[in-house]
Amino acid sequence: MAEQGMPPRVSPVRRRLLRAVRLLFTPLRPDDYLELVNPLWSTRELRGRVERVRPERGGAATVLIRPGFDWVGHRPGQYVRLGVLIDGVHHWRAYSLTSSPDRPDGLISVTPKRVDGGVVSPYLVERARPGEVVRLGEVEGTFTLPDRLERGLLFVTAGSGITPVMSMLRQLNRHGSITDVVHIHSARTADGVTFGDELAELDKRHDGFRLTVRVTGRDGRFTPDELDTVCPDWREREAYACGPGELLDALQAHWKCHGDPELLHRERFQPIVGGADAEGEGGTVHFAHRNLDADCPAGTPILVAGEEAGVEMPFGCRIGVCHTCVLRIRDGRIRDLRTNAVSEKHNEIVRTCVHGAEGPVTIEL
Amino acid sequence: MQSPPKHPFAHLSADQLAELGREFDAIHEQVRYELGDRDRQYIKGVIRLHRQIAVAGRALLLGSRSKTLWAAGTGCLAIAKILENMEIGHNVLHGQWDWMNDPYIHSSTWDWDTASTAEAWKHSHNYIHHTYTNIRGKDKDLGYEIMRIDPNQKWHPAYLAQPFYNLLLMAFFEWGVAVHDLDVEAIRRGEKPLKDVWHDIKGISGKARDQIVKDYLGWPLVSALASVAVGRLSNREPRSAKRLLADRVRGRGWLGAAKAQLSAARTEGAGGFAATFWADFTANIIRNLWAHSIIFCGHFPDQTYTFSQDEVRDETRGAWYARQLVGAANITGSPLFHLMSGNLGYQVEHHLFPDMPSSRYAEIAPKVKDICLRYGLPYNTGPLSRQLGSVHRTIIRLAFPGGAPRPKPGPYQGEPGDDEVRAAA
Repeated sequence: MAEQGMPPRVSPVRRRLLRAVRLLFTPLRPDDYLELVNPLWSTRELRGRVERVRPERGGAATVLIRPGFDWVGHRPGQYVRLGVLIDGVHHWRAYSLTSSPDRPDGLISVTPKRVDGGVVSPYLVERARPGEVVRLGEVEGTFTLPDRLERGLLFVTAGSGITPVMSMLRQLNRHGSITDVVHIHSARTADGVTFGDELAELDKRHDGFRLTVRVTGRDGRFTPDELDTVCPDWREREAYACGPGELLDALQAHWKCHGDPELLHRERFQPIVGGADAEGEGGTVHFAHRNLDADCPAGTPILVAGEEAGVEMPFGCRIGVCHTCVLRIRDGRIRDLRTNAVSEKHNEIVRTCVHGAEGPVTIEL
Repeated sequence: MQSPPKHPFAHLSADQLAELGREFDAIHEQVRYELGDRDRQYIKGVIRLHRQIAVAGRALLLGSRSKTLWAAGTGCLAIAKILENMEIGHNVLHGQWDWMNDPYIHSSTWDWDTASTAEAWKHSHNYIHHTYTNIRGKDKDLGYEIMRIDPNQKWHPAYLAQPFYNLLLMAFFEWGVAVHDLDVEAIRRGEKPLKDVWHDIKGISGKARDQIVKDYLGWPLVSALASVAVGRLSNREPRSAKRLLADRVRGRGWLGAAKAQLSAARTEGAGGFAATFWADFTANIIRNLWAHSIIFCGHFPDQTYTFSQDEVRDETRGAWYARQLVGAANITGSPLFHLMSGNLGYQVEHHLFPDMPSSRYAEIAPKVKDICLRYGLPYNTGPLSRQLGSVHRTIIRLAFPGGAPRPKPGPYQGEPGDDEVRAAA
């Protein structure tokens, strides 16, 4: 089944009214007719209308969206699944919300950075236009600030890892809570820093905000050893890190050896799915109803293996979030490509986007 | 004496069949690659059209006590139901639009405005019929288990009545299809687990209840209320002058008025209810007649071939395509005709590529025809009148014992008589 957005907050009166007349429209619903007048009136899933698309530096763009019904709210650092229509096909991706939760105009925003060879981010950055309707999925994520700030904060971000932290900074700023924040941000070039102006502005206005921008194209990558010079009291701070996997891994190792790992919070945009140094042997996937075999090398998700063999596979977010790609495995051993855990399946439902085959696997499709 | 080859594709070698398979695969691949915004606009447009016509029909029927509004409303409703069943429901349930990844136009979530459940239909039609197309004893759509439409099927005295129950089937086709999904034969042979039978019955009765509540209770009731409202607003004093005077004289002016209002409302309400009830009934019958006609023309005209189970043993992909090709028959017509028939006028293309969006069939038809020409295969097609004529002639003729396969197009003729008949004799 294809993925859908989250149910919107609708007044109980409206819900009851729609339910009361539902039988007159069976097998459709009153919503099916109301949507013809305005797609935002759907009470089945939350949709939003794109208000503005604002180009940002570094090949990113901020997409400002007005939700059709009351926005459920989010905590800074959380992400939302966004459903966009591109060339007739619905695509879903998860993006960190970059807006502060209590924006007076009620808009929410995400700031995708153009990924070469991607589908959704180039679309949002280059082709999305005001007036377009998008689907809004669940708000998720545990990469959020503590309820009470008891110690100083340390942000370590790189590239588009700035996005969840931007939402945090904006909220802190609104509440006048930028009292003791150290932010180390890495970008490849000096003028390609997404939100660069806003960060500089915060740095200028707040004594409690200390920004270090690392230009990796010139000075090389930031390593955890440098923390002692840039932020000597890093051990005492509540730390938030978001960026490429290598950076996050290095930081975690550093906190484990020299600090308190409990104080380090990390957010990964991409699960570690396979790659060149994938473990395991791979295998073959047999599609029972199609009577077709697909080669599934080590580190390749079953979803990709199927697609490459020409099978029309259900797919959604492709990162193990949305459960659109689930299929029943008749039998076989599979590997969770994020954790490398191997398990044996008999008639179980599995997310094909984050699992690879380990030997012969038979799938009900 | 050497018997003539039985199949229209018996002259093709294994290599040629493999090549044929590759050519058909290539057409499928090409269209799959091209699918995009234009296709989405098409199906969204048809869905929008259906909903607009349905709304118009229901609105017109609020005044169903007027003959003109009744006829217009019934017409709209019939057209809406036909569009919904044929071009939308049938094709969405085939998964033709699943590539859009749209949760509301998807084979896994769609339900249609007819008696059979989407789930049962996807099994009996998408799987059984489209896999075992025209294989005698396997494809339950050959005569729908109640009719003899191929001379190779063994005759039974019950078939004498088939011209009559075919008429009944035409009128109540949606219910016939719903019961057909149950697979009565398998139940009778005890092959279908009771649990599954119960599951199906629950499904059908649920759909039946919803359909009946909507068409024969809900909307008639809405019309009744509308009739009463209009009647009371336009005619505030339902009593005649004489009646009015008599009530005044007897000193029951208020009571008399209330009684008169009530009795007028009752008449108007009942009138509105009945008129919409019959409008819905008529629209359903029109839809059933149309669906029956189009669907019976898909496989039962004289031109199509059927197959014994022996003939398809170890069938290759190429041979599967060839069987689909000669087992189906097209109907010629205008674009409007194809829209209203769910593009099943392109039954041949549909059977070759059941999961291809129906709007593409007209585009690929020339390519399919070209392949037929190059491989010496028949491309079955004809106008609706001829196809329908030959279908009903077959149904009447085969009600009686005997009957020979009709001459088929192409150089390769079917052999009269068959192993099954001989084995039965």
